[in-house]
Amino acid sequence: MLLNMGPQHPSTHGVIRFVVKTDGEVMSAAVPDVGYLHRSIEKIAEKATYNGFMPWTDRVDYLAAMNCNVAYAMAVEKLAGIEITRRAEYLRVIAMELNRIISHLLAVGSLGMDIGAYTPFVHALREREKVNDLIEELCGQRLTYNYARVGGVIYDMTPNWDKKVIAFMDQFEPLLNEFDRLLTGNKILHKRLGAVGVVTAEEAANYNLVGPNLRGSGVKWDLRKDMPYSVYPELDFQIPVGTGEAGKLGDCFDRYMVRIHEMRESVKILRQCFERIPAGEHQVKVPKKIRPPAGDVYVRNESTRGDLGVYLVSDGSDKAYRVKFRTGSFTAMSIIEKVSRGMMVADLIAFIASLDIVAPEIDR
Amino acid sequence: MTSEQIQKKLAEFYKGVAIEFVAGAKNPVTQAQTGDSCLIVPADKIKDICKTLKTIDQFAFDCLSSLTAVDRPKENRFEVVYHLFSYKHKHTVVLKVFLPRDETAHVETLESLWSCANWLEREVYDLFGIKFDNHSDLRRIMLPDDWVGHPLRKDYKEQEDYHGISTTRPSLLS
Amino acid sequence: MLTLKNQLPASVITTKVDDLLNWGRASSLWYMLFGLACCGIEMMQTGGPRADLDRFGSVPRASPRQSDLMIVAGTLTYKMALRTKVLYDQMPEPKYVLSMGSCANCGGLFQPAYSVVKGVDKIIPVDVYVPGCPPRPEALTEGLLKIQEKMRREKFLVRKDSLVA
Repeated sequence: MLLNMGPQHPSTHGVIRFVVKTDGEVMSAAVPDVGYLHRSIEKIAEKATYNGFMPWTDRVDYLAAMNCNVAYAMAVEKLAGIEITRRAEYLRVIAMELNRIISHLLAVGSLGMDIGAYTPFVHALREREKVNDLIEELCGQRLTYNYARVGGVIYDMTPNWDKKVIAFMDQFEPLLNEFDRLLTGNKILHKRLGAVGVVTAEEAANYNLVGPNLRGSGVKWDLRKDMPYSVYPELDFQIPVGTGEAGKLGDCFDRYMVRIHEMRESVKILRQCFERIPAGEHQVKVPKKIRPPAGDVYVRNESTRGDLGVYLVSDGSDKAYRVKFRTGSFTAMSIIEKVSRGMMVADLIAFIASLDIVAPEIDR
Repeated sequence: MTSEQIQKKLAEFYKGVAIEFVAGAKNPVTQAQTGDSCLIVPADKIKDICKTLKTIDQFAFDCLSSLTAVDRPKENRFEVVYHLFSYKHKHTVVLKVFLPRDETAHVETLESLWSCANWLEREVYDLFGIKFDNHSDLRRIMLPDDWVGHPLRKDYKEQEDYHGISTTRPSLLS
Repeated sequence: MLTLKNQLPASVITTKVDDLLNWGRASSLWYMLFGLACCGIEMMQTGGPRADLDRFGSVPRASPRQSDLMIVAGTLTYKMALRTKVLYDQMPEPKYVLSMGSCANCGGLFQPAYSVVKGVDKIIPVDVYVPGCPPRPEALTEGLLKIQEKMRREKFLVRKDSLVA
């Protein structure tokens, strides 16, 4: 039977289509068909100036918009040789880690919803609203932030903003434990996610899975620790790795647990950042028309969905010649066809949800 | 290992093959190197060289980070750019292949070495029109199957309409 | 109001049939989950705890056959446009379309793009446009209330395309 899990579907995270060949409940293949959200962001990069392109980088992955902004700004700064202040680095890290918390909340909440547990999703949305208020006070927007600029960040913290974030974190950590009780210890979740969609470490490296997907397969690799950038070398945090506690190493439950632990680590990082942030300027002076030397550069940033790579080619003018975003979800899609052979349709939904795919990252 | 050392070691394996080292862009004021260096490899040898880079232990490039293309109409060529990365040694190398800028541009696929190359090459075919030999499934990925043209080329002209939907919107101000 | 409390169980309310039907239809607008891009996340937040859409009787439905409102939230590409028309045709009458966000209104931020339809009204008729990038939950709620106002002004039983004569 040839089924169409069409572009409009409540469980495909965005507009992605799967052509599913099944024999009853068991699938023989699930072929993904993407491109329904191809918004030609890379072509627009050739028409916009370097600083003016920042709003479009938000839309590359709107759930981790700070990371995309910072990755693009890092690429331009590296090629043009611009150094930014330490305060701007700390503000960027604070924004990225806050973004990581809300992105993982949504990932875990929608994983629960896809399995059938509706309540944790609404709890996750409630926490997202609180963080959206905090970020709105910082940069004026709730979802597509446009916060980083070439040379720093656009706005500094308002007075007492750090106290509000610390108050949020003080009430968020016990709530994470409540979330845990709803989902992590749940026997049904163990049965639905344990030993489902197993990805071994060799497959993960071969298919170039990154981020929590790679760490869920047991590979202890995080760009923030192994190839650090910005102020991460000064911060103390752990890298959670999948352990195979619900079934096999590299199954959906491992990827889910990695995300839960990462949220706790992000809270730790945020507390340290607020203790250590120095005074200073939040932006350095850059020329009105930034003209990097002709050449190319490839910069990597640990985004919430993994290693976001920005390949920037410049020809010496004030507009980029070519920009490519190498996103974690794009390569995660290619593994679905291989792992889905012999799975049941309901397990496919759990597998896609555990890979934390968003459509704009695939299609850009 | 830096790119220069990799180029020297590769030259020992591939005597007679022109592997050129190009240093990265330099900041005009401080002369510090800010861009990435790359190795320019002949198009027919790319698969052999990548196989060497993957299997020999001192290179151990077990991950294809990125595969993309750049259109250079002034130099009349396509550049296919490969970023390789090694988890073991934590080093990177950038390989570039120059292809003629016409319908015959083709290069060997790397799908058998790294499985993620499958989708990356489909994207390059869709947006640039570069064909990959022996690819298992070379068809459009981002755009509809009946789309005409390859958009990321510099001389791409947008069509007037697609299936009856016009591509422009009249301004309310004029 | 105090006098009504004792009289309501035994009293009779007279109104026009149109008003009663329109009140019923407007108070239970079920919208189809058509979140395409970033606006889809704000649509989920609007259905979430703080700006709750459920208090207006609106619940999200996955299937177009069970919904009477289509909130087009996000950028429409040419590849998706053909499927959007199919989904719109599958919705039963009476149906309404709310175009949420700049991308659905006019192409928005992606006007220079080659693969984006410059506005969803090139394909399906739109009733209410909600501007924003993405619109705040309060803005989307206002859009929904405007659709309810529009429904309340309709003469439902004498519609030109109605099967009920």
